[in-house]
Amino acid sequence: MSEQANEVVERARRIAREIVAPAAVDVDRNARFPKEAFDAQRRERLLGAYVPKEFGGLGCGIATLAGICEVMGAACGATGLVTAMHHIQVACLVRHGTDTPGLRTYLAEVAEKQRLIASVTSEVGIGGDMRSSITAVSREGAKFVLNKDATTISYGEHADDLLVTSRRDKDSPPSDQVLTLVRGGEYKLEKTTDWDTLGMRGTCSNGFKMESHGSVEQILTLPFGDIASRTMVPFSHILWAAAWLGIATDAVSRARTFVRGEARKKPGTVPPNALRLAEVMNLLQLMRNNVHDAATECDALIRAAEGATDELLSIGFAIKINNLKLASSQLVAQIVQQCLLIVGIAGYKNDSKISMGRHLRDALSAQLMIGNDRIYARNASLLLVHKDD
Amino acid sequence: MKEKIREVLRQHGRLSTDVAALPDDGDLYEAGMTSHASVNVMLALEGEFDIEFPDRMLKRTVFQSVSAINAAIEELTTQ
Repeated sequence: MSEQANEVVERARRIAREIVAPAAVDVDRNARFPKEAFDAQRRERLLGAYVPKEFGGLGCGIATLAGICEVMGAACGATGLVTAMHHIQVACLVRHGTDTPGLRTYLAEVAEKQRLIASVTSEVGIGGDMRSSITAVSREGAKFVLNKDATTISYGEHADDLLVTSRRDKDSPPSDQVLTLVRGGEYKLEKTTDWDTLGMRGTCSNGFKMESHGSVEQILTLPFGDIASRTMVPFSHILWAAAWLGIATDAVSRARTFVRGEARKKPGTVPPNALRLAEVMNLLQLMRNNVHDAATECDALIRAAEGATDELLSIGFAIKINNLKLASSQLVAQIVQQCLLIVGIAGYKNDSKISMGRHLRDALSAQLMIGNDRIYARNASLLLVHKDD
Repeated sequence: MKEKIREVLRQHGRLSTDVAALPDDGDLYEAGMTSHASVNVMLALEGEFDIEFPDRMLKRTVFQSVSAINAAIEELTTQ
């Protein structure tokens, strides 16, 4: 990673340590949005990390974003995940949302005003398939109207703006979708469900009915299917995996602290759980290499010449990036559970420096969002035609 | 060849419009072909024409229209 990239991640790490981590227990206990984490990220200009420099952002690559999500996730799982989700939306706009003057002005605003953006891909009646919509965007001259009943909008009440999927128009089939920027001041949200969950409680992923309007310039031109393949899916899998890697890293860090403490009590002996720690370090290395490898490859493909877009759209890449999500979601749960076994009762308690409860509950969300069986089924289908030549 | 392609699309494409009404360069994804259906279309085309699409041809643009599919199959069968 370049020096500038390292410096950005170090800034994030400092905020994570000083501001995000101290609030993590309260965020989880009360299922509240980690406001201080995002106020701090705004002050440090981190929400515009992926916005190119010519638009006033930091011009970072995906590897740097992954570093930010990891350090945030290590401090607080919910903060890590919300940070990831925000950058995924920004990436969609950076890579596919600069074809109208209105959108280009907005992108500069993301950097200047540090706008927090949420995603509205889910829809009541659709289930977990984000490539299908019921609602359609309705164009009336230069304006649009878009209403959607979303099963969940993570940090919906706390975001500044939204990116919303829908059918292209009222006659479009369910899979012919577009992505629309919906701006603060131009939408209303009516909460429909609570968010009282086992983990990721601070993501505040309630259900909402959304009503919105805006300028047709805010409807991205590239079909959503393309945006999903080129950007939303790869960035989602890489940045979620990075946030989960953060959770795993902090759990392991607590386990290491514990084992070292045991060893110091009886110098000359190797505590029994040191072997379990060696096992879990092995898994952590596997997880880390997997995430970093994918981030590096994706970065290179994005920066390379136009021909690389083909690679991003290829079935081979889709399979790989799905595998990253599958493996990372399983490893984070496995690693944290092993850390709990290493630490024992002190980790089982909720009020100790090496508590594992929040980490475990947050980690268990990974296999459920999006459901792994859905992704395995997708890969199984793709592997019927993929030749690996 | 295009007729066989259209027949495969009729059976496996799950389009929301009638294939006969779609022009050769009509966008199949806009006509309702999902990525899941496109995999079935690829498999059926491989079976029908006794070909194998190499990985470099397994992308959205190759299966975007009847014309695009036709061009891909011609490329594979004139070797």
